Amino acid sequence: MSEHIVSLKIYVSIFLALLVGTALTVWAGLHDFPGQLNVIIALTIAVVKATLVVLYFMHVRYSSRLIWVVFTSALFWLAILFALTLNDYWTRSWL
Amino acid sequence: MKAIETFQLPTAAKVNYINAEYGLKSWLLTKDHKRIALLYLGSISFFFFLGGLYAMFIRLELLTPQGDLLSSATYNKVFTQHGIIMVFFFLIPSIPATLGNFLVPMMIGAKDLAFPRINLLSWYIYLLGGFITIYALLAGGVDTGWTFYAPYSTTFSNSYVIAAGLGIFVSGFSSILTGLNFIVTIHTMRAPGMTWFRLPLFIWSHYATSLVMVLGTPVIAITILLLAFERLAHVGIFDPAAGGDPVLFQHLFWFYSHPAVYIMVLPSMGVVSELIANFSRKNIFGYKFVAFSSLAIAVFGFLVWGHHLFVASQSVYAGMIFSFLSFAVAIPSAIKVFNWTATLYKGSISYDTPMLYALGFIGLFTIGGMTGLFLASIAIDVHVSDTYFIVAHFHYIMVGGALFGYLGGLHYWWPKISGRMYPEGWGRFSALVIYVGFNLTFLPQFVAGYLGMPRRYHAYPPEFQVFNVLSSAGASILGFGLLIPAIYLVWSMRYGKHAEANPWHLPGLEWRTASPPPTENFLVTPVVTWEAYEFAPPEETRVVGFGDEGLEAADISKP
Amino acid sequence: MADSVAIEHEGSHPALQHHFENLEQQREAGTLGMWVFLVTEIMFFGGMFFAYTLYRTKYPAAFASASNHLSLTLGAVNTAVLIFSSFTMALAVYSAQTGKRRNQVVCLALTILLGLTFLGIKAVEYHDKYVDHLIPGRLLPSRPFDASDVHLLPGAAPQNVEMFYWIYFAMTGMHAVHMIIGVGLLSVILFFAWRGRYGPEYHNPVEISGLYWHFVDIIWIFLFPLLYLLGRHLEH
Repeated sequence: MSEHIVSLKIYVSIFLALLVGTALTVWAGLHDFPGQLNVIIALTIAVVKATLVVLYFMHVRYSSRLIWVVFTSALFWLAILFALTLNDYWTRSWL
Repeated sequence: MKAIETFQLPTAAKVNYINAEYGLKSWLLTKDHKRIALLYLGSISFFFFLGGLYAMFIRLELLTPQGDLLSSATYNKVFTQHGIIMVFFFLIPSIPATLGNFLVPMMIGAKDLAFPRINLLSWYIYLLGGFITIYALLAGGVDTGWTFYAPYSTTFSNSYVIAAGLGIFVSGFSSILTGLNFIVTIHTMRAPGMTWFRLPLFIWSHYATSLVMVLGTPVIAITILLLAFERLAHVGIFDPAAGGDPVLFQHLFWFYSHPAVYIMVLPSMGVVSELIANFSRKNIFGYKFVAFSSLAIAVFGFLVWGHHLFVASQSVYAGMIFSFLSFAVAIPSAIKVFNWTATLYKGSISYDTPMLYALGFIGLFTIGGMTGLFLASIAIDVHVSDTYFIVAHFHYIMVGGALFGYLGGLHYWWPKISGRMYPEGWGRFSALVIYVGFNLTFLPQFVAGYLGMPRRYHAYPPEFQVFNVLSSAGASILGFGLLIPAIYLVWSMRYGKHAEANPWHLPGLEWRTASPPPTENFLVTPVVTWEAYEFAPPEETRVVGFGDEGLEAADISKP
Repeated sequence: MADSVAIEHEGSHPALQHHFENLEQQREAGTLGMWVFLVTEIMFFGGMFFAYTLYRTKYPAAFASASNHLSLTLGAVNTAVLIFSSFTMALAVYSAQTGKRRNQVVCLALTILLGLTFLGIKAVEYHDKYVDHLIPGRLLPSRPFDASDVHLLPGAAPQNVEMFYWIYFAMTGMHAVHMIIGVGLLSVILFFAWRGRYGPEYHNPVEISGLYWHFVDIIWIFLFPLLYLLGRHLEH
């Protein structure tokens, strides 16, 4: 099991993609989109950027399945924290 | 297959982890997981007796209905400090940091944990947290209850909340590092042939415990930190006066502190699984169910914290969902209890001291768990919230569960840890005394609580006195019972009978090396060719940790 | 004896620790250990992210007003600086893997420098908040919080503006603490890289420090839109 060496070309393209993402999110932030779209756009761009960093800079794309499981478990538990707590706050006015 | 080797090892390898080096420095700078386990054993014992001292004051005060021994302010501090010390400085590190530290590498056939230096660091962090907390106690104490509820803790309390919180914050990192070390060790350091389903159940339960430590502890760390800042600088996200929500503190606090109960009880369940199988000399009934139920408890344990907030202005719908999920966590716990009893069935049971603790655990944990179901039902919980019913319930889990498993495990592995046998007669006697004392202390509290006696008051109406007298009498018996092993275990380190390598004649890896073990546990890396709990006649249980030289190798100083 | 594997340490790599069988096992353990640590970090920041989410939904106007007072330019520049530092960090790992010692040292030094740049810009921002009396609570007793410099959108209460700034300081402050730890960590790595310790065979410390550095970058990737951007459109 030898490790995978990511090529320079990939590193450079990810770097450029991240810079473009940053410019894009600033641009989108200054425009008034209808409803909650501003929040959705900003968070989507952030998630995409973070995913690129995780997959390529942190080599998860080339890592063992264990690393995938470890990383997703963190997101899963974070989701538990958010979901079950908001489950309280969002239903307080219901009854 | 080669010839069967002698089962009997020399009573002790000439050079083992205890006498490999001498001097204080060799202990304080050790990277050997077994020595670190002993460092932890010493420090958590100290905190256990400190916490016990506070318990003694609580029971003395409650002997009479009037608040005569302690003022209400002092009483608030005494029960708070009892809780903080017992929960954060005894129960949470108890089994993982001592027995787990000692045994996880040995049971999987590794030479040490994956990160020995981090392991030592975790002990120092624990000590630092302990010192900060002791400072808080000596400086004037803390009176918020171990739960630190805002806004009392952030705004109104005049006690040393920040120092106590900082102590807990710091000691949390020791818990995180221990859990991290276990997870990595179990994944990467297993000996050849030690597949996941050959792992002893003690390892499975420690793996599940580590998950809870790693995923839960950071949340309480940040929560306590925010609380401390809020108190220090009057910035606020928990203080309603600043637009914050005190219930947010309760959510974040219990997100960790409910799963923390499973940090206490899961390792204990692992010990009990070992004890029940080994002292029945039978393969555990439903190995995979017991193994996966540990993981299920670790996961479900994170979904139920809202049952602590039934009377805290949580929404009704959230209450219903948390109530339902709380019932669900009973399923994996029940699977364990049923599998243990099924294992006992037609087993060849021997009633040595560890087994007495294990049997005690099953009974007491069942009572604790069943009353937990009462509390998961919203209507009953509203009735008994903040009464002695709650106090009795969680002591059945924490003392009847966690402490009994700890004591059982300590006796069971004592020959391996110290190389000496404890006195069996005294062991059985004290186990019975502790069992009787424990039940006498906490059974009456169920009744008193159900009749409406609230917790955390130093005075109470006279009609509750009979229950409190019973309880205080039980507490003295319990305290006396706990002193007996404290004395004879220390005594046995010097005067006990030398232990064989495998005094209980068991198949586990930790029994296939000398007692006490050499520094790297095994002189050659063992290769595992048997299932967990695969019992064979003693003369056929092969020694694997000593290589070709067998007996002589045990006398060689270092590989 | 067929059943045993003899312990063989002679001739092994000098970086191999005594309790591991081989470098591969040691590398796996190191990487997994760092990932598990990052899981704890996610949960650690998770508590603050939750507090942010809760109060932003509760006090949207106040949060937007307070957020608009932050400097978008400095925030965006800092984002770019951090992304650049992540890039150089990735290149440092690459140079170690391919055995180019000089490039490795240069990339690590650049990463540290960019990290310090980030912290410098952050300090400028903190100072601006200090000048504007926006340090919440009694963090600075002689300089109480005063929201009069903040342009309040309709429905925004000054008290909740203060809460935004507390969350802002808590999150960026905790992030900055992680940056400082990262810079310290990388300085140690730089020292050993300069001494030529890491090559194609053994570079796990560079790799896992890199994981940590990228993680800190990711936290900022989320902090930037949440703290600086959401609500910006309401002003235009």
